[in-house]
Amino acid sequence: MPAAGAPHEVPAIELRGISKAFGPVQANKDIDLVVPRGTIHGIIGENGAGKSTLMSILYGFYRPDAGEILIGGKPIAIADSQAAIRAGIGMVFQHFKLVQNFTVLENVILGAEDGGLLRPSLSRARGALKRLASEYGLQVDPDALVEELSVGHQQRVEILKALYRQAEILILDEPTGVLTPAEADHLFRILRGLRDEGKTIILITHKLREIMEITDNVSVMRRGEMVASVRTAETGPAQLAELMVGRKVLLRVEKPPARPGAPVLEVRGLRMVDAEGVERLRGIDLTIRAGEILGIAGVAGNGQTQLLEVLGGFPEAGAKLQGELRLNNETLPLNGPGADGRARRRAGIGHVPEDRQAEGLIMDFTAWENTAFGYHHAPEFQHGVLMDNARIRADAMDKIQRFDIRPPNPDLAARNFSGGNQQKIVVAREVERNPDLLLIGQPTRGVDIGAIEFIHKRIVALRDAGKAVLLVSVELDEIMALSDRIAVMFDGRIMGERLPEEATTGDLGCLMAGVDPAVTPPEAAIPPPAAPGTDAGGGAG
Amino acid sequence: MERMPKWADVILTPLISLALAFGISALVILAIGESPVEALKVMVEGALGSSYGWGFTLYYTTNFIFTGLAVMVAYHAGLFNIGGEGQAALGGLGVALVVLALPWPHWALALPAAAVGAALFGALWALIPAWLQARRGSHIVITTIMFNFIAAALLNYVLVNLLRPVGSMDPASARFPAAVHLPKLSDMALGLGVEWGRNTPANVTFFIAIAACALVWLLIWRTRLGYEIRAFGKSEPAALYAGISPVRITVLAMLVSGALAGLMAINNVMGEAERLMLNAVEGAGFIGIAVALMGRNHPFGVFLAALLFGFLYQGGGELALWTSIPRELIVVIQALVILFTGALDNMVRMPLERLFMALRRKGA
Amino acid sequence: MDFATVIQILDSAVRLMTPLLLACLAGLYSERAGVFDIGLEGKMLMAAFTSASVAYATGSAWLGLLAGIAGAAAMAGLHGLASISFRGNQLISGVAINFLASGLTVLLGQKIFGLGGRTPSLSGAARFGEITLPFADTLRPVPVIGPVYAELISGHTILVYIAFAMVPLTWWVLYRTRFGLRLRAVGENPASVDTAGVSVTRLRYAAVMICGVLCGIAGAYLATGISAGFVKEMTAGRGFIALAALIFAKWRPWSALFATFLFGLMEAVANRFPNLDLGVVTVPSMFMNALPYILTVIILAGFVGRAIPPRAGGEPYVKER
Repeated sequence: MPAAGAPHEVPAIELRGISKAFGPVQANKDIDLVVPRGTIHGIIGENGAGKSTLMSILYGFYRPDAGEILIGGKPIAIADSQAAIRAGIGMVFQHFKLVQNFTVLENVILGAEDGGLLRPSLSRARGALKRLASEYGLQVDPDALVEELSVGHQQRVEILKALYRQAEILILDEPTGVLTPAEADHLFRILRGLRDEGKTIILITHKLREIMEITDNVSVMRRGEMVASVRTAETGPAQLAELMVGRKVLLRVEKPPARPGAPVLEVRGLRMVDAEGVERLRGIDLTIRAGEILGIAGVAGNGQTQLLEVLGGFPEAGAKLQGELRLNNETLPLNGPGADGRARRRAGIGHVPEDRQAEGLIMDFTAWENTAFGYHHAPEFQHGVLMDNARIRADAMDKIQRFDIRPPNPDLAARNFSGGNQQKIVVAREVERNPDLLLIGQPTRGVDIGAIEFIHKRIVALRDAGKAVLLVSVELDEIMALSDRIAVMFDGRIMGERLPEEATTGDLGCLMAGVDPAVTPPEAAIPPPAAPGTDAGGGAG
Repeated sequence: MERMPKWADVILTPLISLALAFGISALVILAIGESPVEALKVMVEGALGSSYGWGFTLYYTTNFIFTGLAVMVAYHAGLFNIGGEGQAALGGLGVALVVLALPWPHWALALPAAAVGAALFGALWALIPAWLQARRGSHIVITTIMFNFIAAALLNYVLVNLLRPVGSMDPASARFPAAVHLPKLSDMALGLGVEWGRNTPANVTFFIAIAACALVWLLIWRTRLGYEIRAFGKSEPAALYAGISPVRITVLAMLVSGALAGLMAINNVMGEAERLMLNAVEGAGFIGIAVALMGRNHPFGVFLAALLFGFLYQGGGELALWTSIPRELIVVIQALVILFTGALDNMVRMPLERLFMALRRKGA
Repeated sequence: MDFATVIQILDSAVRLMTPLLLACLAGLYSERAGVFDIGLEGKMLMAAFTSASVAYATGSAWLGLLAGIAGAAAMAGLHGLASISFRGNQLISGVAINFLASGLTVLLGQKIFGLGGRTPSLSGAARFGEITLPFADTLRPVPVIGPVYAELISGHTILVYIAFAMVPLTWWVLYRTRFGLRLRAVGENPASVDTAGVSVTRLRYAAVMICGVLCGIAGAYLATGISAGFVKEMTAGRGFIALAALIFAKWRPWSALFATFLFGLMEAVANRFPNLDLGVVTVPSMFMNALPYILTVIILAGFVGRAIPPRAGGEPYVKER
């Protein structure tokens, strides 16, 4: 294990006093950062803490308002991505920047061609990929079309792109968000291999576990400021979490014990095949009772989104559905006009969708128009053939007050509210309808701490009023804190159920990776092939 | 936080765009060696200086209100309907078929029937592109363009082979009987004892157009369908989440849009030509695009913009008559209005937004 | 129908398809780079006017061609400004360009020539003459091959041969060169190009300007090759047929050759037989004229081989935060 940066050595990257503002928002404030050569450096912080902005500055997407960047001890100006690449910086974005209908080889040479004609570049790249594959375990078929590759393999293509450009510094932005645990392990092995070859790696994440597992040093960002830089070995998750949020995280929600009643939602053998023929849900069985919160944990992309969409009545176009849904002992149709979002609302299902900006709100509508969204057919909002806008507006004012939505201006467009207040508009709309079942996906993604507590309290209050809640979140802490029961989804199946007081993160992690520790010891297990479209992990496990 | 006040967005940006369009048009007039001031004088005098000019201006305005509303309704559903030309042409066919099918005793009976025919044919011509967009994902801009050409060929065929009276050489239908001639605004003025706009084509359809503006306003901002159209136009995933069917909204919005475009035929076919001729629409379908953009997709804005274009059209005709400036100047102005209010919107908007942000910071 | 008639119709189809092919390839460059272009018609029209005017003034078809290219390129620049620099709506910009060309050509034509928007007739060196290929007359008597070579292949203006040569050239540029790789990438996922350190703006402008140049040649062919001068609205919807052909060809160069030939052939047949008697039914010429549009709608509907446009088409590129 290399020492976490001997002080006499010239660091690979040094940032001095970097500041960047977008309008009135100070995204980065006087940031200092030193990353020694040959180390893996974690940058951790909440959503919106300024991590991505900082890395975008390093990659030439933005120019800092103030400050200095030194690469290998020399100050340089990074005017654009080209300059960043020349300085030996490679970036793996959270959303891959690949051309879907190009081959791996074409993607790798794009922008780094040797001359006007493609042939020499392609053959050189072919050789280089072969070498990199054996050196770092980065095997990918160079002639495969990217759209046919799994997510894990696409990420490898991104890393290969950077290495092909002779990157000495590799920045990875939330690289494991879309990976299965096995794929993530494989990625970490690759990263360690790269470090041992002397490359410098910056890992941006908000997952404490990853920081502890792989980094040498870690820097913590909060509200645009760099609040600490420490050796990973000298810190712990609790301290980092505290640094991230600026006070002791209290993700323990005060709630009385659940008193589950009769089953509200029963799901039996639910299957969904999407338009591409990929089976996204592979026989889901669930029961949610009145007065309980069922939390669904899992790595993003294992069918949780599809489950919510099917229950909410808007599966993606062309999906084929099978199975049985029962709400309060009444069968709900899966297909046809009686299975749309409107029918589900009428049946008593409220839904706070995962993506509030794309789905939950019409960003250009005013707040008051949004408070009726989805319920605009409700009888009390009608006035003959017209809508009763005065009534809707009065109702909106009431919600704004009760949910402390700020600014309390119903005529402001939704896009002009902060993330937390936008989410409050959605939650107010869905919870105030008093649904028998509330579906709620990623309730606190991009929401500030204050609003998180408020929203969590509302969810618990709904439960205590005898309603059923289905909570989907990729934040394990949130699942643990809120749920009365936890179900783990993997590859379109429920891998197992646990009670929060019995579950450990290790146990849940195994389930999230598709291994049931109750059946197979985790060491011996080779995860089954993931859904087509995700990587099998190629012998990792 | 809002980038700029609403009044600036609604009034200032279109006015600046308009000023730019007219400024460049003035330069074009200068470039061809004429005086812009003189040209403007001729246009204002010819279009607004007499009741005769007004009679034509309001006739054109009526056309443009319908096609502008047609583009506007589709636009709120996120659909760009370039097919107004073809839909209005088919609307004309609907009018001609209804009017010629029965011996109507009075125009007041024929008018509602013809309006239904016009709206129905226009709507049907919009239905196929709408359905293809909703069900097959065929880009509606391309299909409506194609349908304009198909409409032209269809109308050509129908007029030459089916509707042309025996012995006539013109590719046009028979003349409509006198009983169904719509009252002109001039007749109505005479009824009130006022001599106004003799021999001008403006007719009772003008009032129908104004009523259409009001109804479209109610539809878009006061009904559930309008709410759903606007929601779908802003975000399809959100519409699906809310249980709004994209197929239903796409089809309904385009039916309304096509019907509005088709209704224009009441004015030009029944009200003016009094028979169906080839190329009766004369580009009014396309002017609807400029009118909707200029009018910020609001019925009142559409009305004002239609009035502006009505003035331009009548004024342009006068220009061609009294000066050596061809009436195609109007097409140039129309192009520039579309360019500045539509495609180059950001060019006007971005500096304005920056200005308002700066002002706010200073004020704060 | 005898052999000579077939040759004549095919020959006419080749002439009629040439502007379609050039405009179609023009649209291909632009749309493959992610910039939709429904302004092909306007660019061609502008080029037809400027080429005819300059050819008349200078007596040189070649200078006319240059002017045609300049005219169309100016329009293309405007389209680029609106849809690339100012991230405006590409479709609306295209509509505006069509009207701008339609109005300006008449306005300027009337000012310069005073002929109601026409240019004076061109003759001699102000037009592109027909080129007789070597041995055309020698080979003429040979059955089948003779007439095909002498009448179908030989005897076109240089612009026709340029148009046909553009097909393999475009294929080669698109699939065998760095520029082509980047061009296709920027139409599919501009972020991939941007993060690779290549300017999206510059690439798209390059594509849009190539589109202008090809439209310029197409317009010059209309005014100084196939006809002898500019007439008001002389493109007569050819820009839209080219657009239809581009969709029909699914944005591929060799298919564009096939699609434009098919559409050219339809026009040639409609011209030759205003009422085509097929024994059972008589096909009116209006139907033949509308057929390219109908076929395109059918292709767009995906009933026969779906046409999927470049993924980033129509969307202005905005860098993510």
